[in-house]
Amino acid sequence: MSQVGGLPIRVKQSRKVDPRLVRLFGWLVLGALLRLMTVTTEGTSTNHLLVVDAAFKSTKLIGWLVAGFIMWVLTELWRARKIGALVTSRTTGVRRQWRTVADRALSRRAALLAVVVAAIVLPQFLSEFYQRVLVDQVAVFVLLAVGLNVVVGWAGLLDLGYVAFFAIGAYTCAYFTGALPVAPPFTLNPFVILPVAVVVCLVAGLLLGAPTLRLRGDYLAIVTLGFHEIVQLFLVNKNNWTGGNQGVSKPVPHFSINLFGIHYKWTLASLPYWYLFIGMLAIVVFLFSRLEHSKVGRSWTAVREDEVAAAANGVPTVKYKLMAFAIGASTSGLAGVLYASRLGYINPASFPVVLSISVLSYVIFGGMGSIIGVIAGSALLTFLPAVFQEQNIVRQEDIPMWIGAILVTMMLVRPQGLIPSRRRRRELRLASEGVADADAMSEAPEGRGTG
Amino acid sequence: MSATTAAEQVPRHAGASPLLAVHDVTLRFGGLTSLDHVDLTVERGAILAVIGPNGAGKTSLFNCLTGVYTPQEGTIELTTDGATTQLVTGSARRRRSRKPHVVNRIGVARTFQNIRLFAALSAFDNVKIAAETRGRTGPIGAMLRLPNARANDASSDALTEELLDFVALRPMADEVASSLSYGVQRRLEIARALATLPRLLLLDEPAAGTNPTEKLELERLIRRINAERGVTVLLIEHDMRLVMSVADEVTVLNFGKVIARGRPAEVQRDPAVVQAYLGTANDE
Repeated sequence: MSQVGGLPIRVKQSRKVDPRLVRLFGWLVLGALLRLMTVTTEGTSTNHLLVVDAAFKSTKLIGWLVAGFIMWVLTELWRARKIGALVTSRTTGVRRQWRTVADRALSRRAALLAVVVAAIVLPQFLSEFYQRVLVDQVAVFVLLAVGLNVVVGWAGLLDLGYVAFFAIGAYTCAYFTGALPVAPPFTLNPFVILPVAVVVCLVAGLLLGAPTLRLRGDYLAIVTLGFHEIVQLFLVNKNNWTGGNQGVSKPVPHFSINLFGIHYKWTLASLPYWYLFIGMLAIVVFLFSRLEHSKVGRSWTAVREDEVAAAANGVPTVKYKLMAFAIGASTSGLAGVLYASRLGYINPASFPVVLSISVLSYVIFGGMGSIIGVIAGSALLTFLPAVFQEQNIVRQEDIPMWIGAILVTMMLVRPQGLIPSRRRRRELRLASEGVADADAMSEAPEGRGTG
Repeated sequence: MSATTAAEQVPRHAGASPLLAVHDVTLRFGGLTSLDHVDLTVERGAILAVIGPNGAGKTSLFNCLTGVYTPQEGTIELTTDGATTQLVTGSARRRRSRKPHVVNRIGVARTFQNIRLFAALSAFDNVKIAAETRGRTGPIGAMLRLPNARANDASSDALTEELLDFVALRPMADEVASSLSYGVQRRLEIARALATLPRLLLLDEPAAGTNPTEKLELERLIRRINAERGVTVLLIEHDMRLVMSVADEVTVLNFGKVIARGRPAEVQRDPAVVQAYLGTANDE
């Protein structure tokens, strides 16, 4: 007890526990937790604690605890020897050289060329399973993520209804190929539908965006979530138009070319579709990377960083937000057409809201605002589960958990993402220093007129 | 109102309508009257200062001028190139301000009391974003790099470089805005505002937080903005020495009311002003 200004204040003398022991405890708990989560036993109606029994009364627990202990030893060594700092200081020169090489336009082009060649050549040596994964998962989600990056990464708008536009694109494709119960005035080749779907989604994006983009951050997220729900309920309930839960009534035809003497039909084979997808992706990425370093991209950054200042300097903020929203939506629609035609069958359940959240997490994982990062992140996170599955590294049911663990670890260790954009890295650093807001999404407006 | 005498003496461009005419503007937040029947006339080519104790409604006035707030009563007119634009429109019951970016397009640029740069962008990009808003490049043009888009880009680059030179920031063009010192950030914000080629520049406490050397530079800069770029300047400032030396005319606000206006020296002697503001400020 001590007296401060006449008031008795109790100063709590806590016994100090060695922080290393606390960390050891943390690792052991994590090990035990992972054991609990990966245990195969299921509880019965009479004995709910069977899982706990099976998890902890078995020798396998020891393996997890030992693994936790080893991790603790390693991290403590890392800490004690200051290996992190050591590595940083030792590699400064190398990294600086790497920077200058990486910044050179020639080396950038070479890297790009290498990636493109790899994307063309490598899939041919993969098994049919991996080829299918590449098309159905990797290609689709990379395209979606690149589009969402425009909305979230560049314009700073949190869009949780992104997959609704994916569904709109897919159903547009189904409609114009005559796959829906309601007959179209004319049927089109999927190639022709691509621009049609882009326009449809553009309009849908504008329709949703126009009344809602005055909202900020959390509110916008909720509205877009609602929009997704509306679209999905429409697809489910408007039976005579969409086929309801059963999905399309006839298969959506594949892509085909019949022009200038070139005849080609895409089939169930994965590889041709892969090339179609990366062709589209190349076009989209090319256009978007130009957009990023143009007036439009800079204006988006301005709106994201400080909307009030942007408007005061003549940037029409609502217009640019709407633009980002519409461009993102149309990319999603593009992916929808490709997806519908590739699979041939779609139903409302193909577009759950969790897909939007997955795409968002890929964007954040890869590095918001950086096209390369977003591509790498979404490719990795969609390819990895397939590898887990095929190689039997972890159990099938545990795959989402491991992906979740990767996401959590990544956000703790490297919040800026896999390959962050330089701007984004700076923004995060400024935010951690309390100078600026990292996303400018949650910032309150500087007061609207009380009209 | 006590020192209205000077207002009649000041007009230099007799006959022409003033650049900015604020008439009878009242702004309320619930029960609080932030601006109370404020009149303000800004003549072309002048440097005007608005002074007043904290909470007198100076920044509220700026926010009304730039479309952030909508005043409940009164009119604000901007006359550029012979065309007069009402900045507050609508009926008496449903009033609207023109949107901030529209006000900017008409020719009013501003800086902020608490500097609002795009912190993670380079000094160059900060200015360029503002310069580019004058072009008409759309997303298609930007994606395909149409000739029009490229021409706009080049002209914005040129304007940006010119303005960075103007505020002597050319050597720091590639530095990140947040890494610049406070005074330099102020200059950068002024350059950004100038990049939108305004007729009227609103400076909200440009000298706040700057050291004496920077204040002198700022004083010169404001004069140069006025003389070399032909921009009319309206500034809010607490630093009386700066106001006295740079302003042609001073308007004093207190509790949302204009209590005096006139030449700096006259205002300084006005008993009402001394009581409301200068008396306390001189003691500091």
